[in-house]
Order: sequence, then C-alpha cells, then structure tokens
Amino acid sequence: MAYEVNGKTIEHDEEGYLTNLSEWDKDVADLIAKDEGVEMTAEHWEVIDFLREYYEEYQIAPAIRVLVKAIGKKLGPEKGSNKYLYELFPYGPAKQACKIGGLPKPTGCV
Amino acid sequence: MAEFEFETEGVVKKFMFLNRKAPYGTIYALEVLETVLISAAFDQEVCLAFVDDGVYQIMKGCDTAETSGMKNFSKTYRALEGYDIEQLFVEKESMEARGLSEDNFIVDVQVIPASEMATLIAGQDVVISG
Amino acid sequence: MLHIVAKSPFERNALESCLRLSEPGSPILFIEDGVYGALDNTAMSESVKTAMADRSFYVLSADIKARGVTEQVIDGIELVDYEGFVDLVVDKGPSNTWL
Repeated sequence: MAYEVNGKTIEHDEEGYLTNLSEWDKDVADLIAKDEGVEMTAEHWEVIDFLREYYEEYQIAPAIRVLVKAIGKKLGPEKGSNKYLYELFPYGPAKQACKIGGLPKPTGCV
Repeated sequence: MAEFEFETEGVVKKFMFLNRKAPYGTIYALEVLETVLISAAFDQEVCLAFVDDGVYQIMKGCDTAETSGMKNFSKTYRALEGYDIEQLFVEKESMEARGLSEDNFIVDVQVIPASEMATLIAGQDVVISG
Repeated sequence: MLHIVAKSPFERNALESCLRLSEPGSPILFIEDGVYGALDNTAMSESVKTAMADRSFYVLSADIKARGVTEQVIDGIELVDYEGFVDLVVDKGPSNTWL
C-alpha cells in the first residue's frame, strides 16, 4: 500500500500510517488529509507542527489526554480542549493528526 | 510479566513497574515502557523503579543512530511527567555498583537504598516486572 | 508480597536481587529454573540459608522433580504442588516475579 505524491511512491501500513517516517513532507500531509476528508487550515497545521515537535523530543506520539494538556499550555487554554481538537480532526485528534503528520499511531491509544 | 487487571471505576491501585533489564539488548525495557504509557490512561497510582541493569534505561546521551531500526526510546522517559508519572526511583546499590550517579540520568529520580526499595515494593498492589 | 524466583541463580541475578529487595518476613517461591536456587551445597546455598532466618521459602514440586534435584533441596524449604502455589498467591499476594 502506498501514497503517490509528486511522482514518488510512499509506503504506508493498512491503516494509512507511513512506513518510513522520514519520507513525510507537507505534500504527503495534504494528500493524507484529503484521504481523511480533512481540509487543512492554519489551525490544523499548528497541531501537526506541535505533534511533530513532541515526537522529535520524546520519540512517541502523545496520548490524547496528554496532547490536550500540552496544546493548552503551548497554544492557549481555548485550544487545549477535546472539543477544539475533535473539531479539527473529527476521527480523533491523536490518531488522525498523527497520520497526517507522518507519525506512528500513538502509544496508549485505546 | 505478572498478570493484572484494571478495575474500571473509582478504584485506585498502586502500580509499580520494576525495571531490571538494560534497554537495547532485549525487548523488556521497551515493552514495560509502552505498558507504562498505556496504563496512564487508567488513572492509577503509578511509580517506576530502576534496579540492577534497569538503571541503564535512563542513561543520558543514548544515540541509536548507528543501530539499524532501533528507536532511541531513552528520550521517552522524559515524556512521563506529561503523563502525570512523576515517581521514579533508583536503587542506590545498583546505581553505585555500575559506577553511576544521579548526574548520569536523563530524568529526575529519587535515589533510595535497597532496604527502602524493598519496603516500597512490598507496599504495592501490583508489581509489573521486566 | 509473594516473591517468585523463576530463573537460575547461576545464570542471572534474579535470586540475589530478590533477596536484597524483599522485606524480612516475605515468602519466596522458586519455580521453573529458579528451583536451582533452592539447592544445598551450591554457591548460593549460604545466602538462602541466611535469608531463611526471617523469610519462608517454598519450591514448586513439579519443577524440582522435573529437574531431578529433589534430594538436594535445602532442609526447611517447603515443597508445594500447584494447588499450594495457588494458595500462596491467594494468601500472600500480590506477587512479583523475578526474571
């Protein structure tokens, strides 16, 4: 299974998560977002960028509860809520945003 | 690994994850760490203990760039605070037997002697060992 | 807290760490290759005998018999069958296994 972006073939698993995290770029993100039915806005990118920074620092994608708290701290309390994040990523901010951001499925995602 | 069950509502148990193995030679350390992260979803009272070669799990400066396909999960111990897991204990005897001090660790820990560690272990409702 | 030792003391430090990190009064059960820790006249026997002063030791009979070393078990270590194993877990639990 693979995404086709700019003539490149990028492998993914059965759920759509990238096989090789280093192959991610913004065009790949846009394509995955389209597959997911998410129209990317600045607010979406804010969350994706945050997740990628978090992953870079800790080598995991955060559980949703941790993500909500950390986003609230970084981007302001009005954004640190389940509601806000689910509006951006209706199928689950942790799962869906990680997929678009080229990260693995969050550990502890139950 | 010990068998255990999470109670569903309102019951908070004391869980200890007892780490005794070095990080990259076997899968124990990573498996325990993933279990820790998952357990955080259940709002239990969780602590981690590092004894024997388990103290090597929290060494600063791990770099797995040249080991193929091995994730550097040492950094992940630093995420535990965000998961409200702040009770990390190191056994003094194990640390000193390996020529280490607190300065070698990537996270803040409480260093306690074996006798205190024994009491801490004895006071848990569930110990998950790896 | 019931401490279960499941690895040979001559291959790993499971028994040594268990003795160091179990409280006086704790019950300790040898199973699987851990049963070699229950034997007399070994390099570990003295440590176990010393610990017997304030700890109770048990060995799983099926595992000690399978290894042909029943005769060598230290005097005072109690042989338990599977039912006894379950009783220990129920009465003295929770348990922790040293691997």
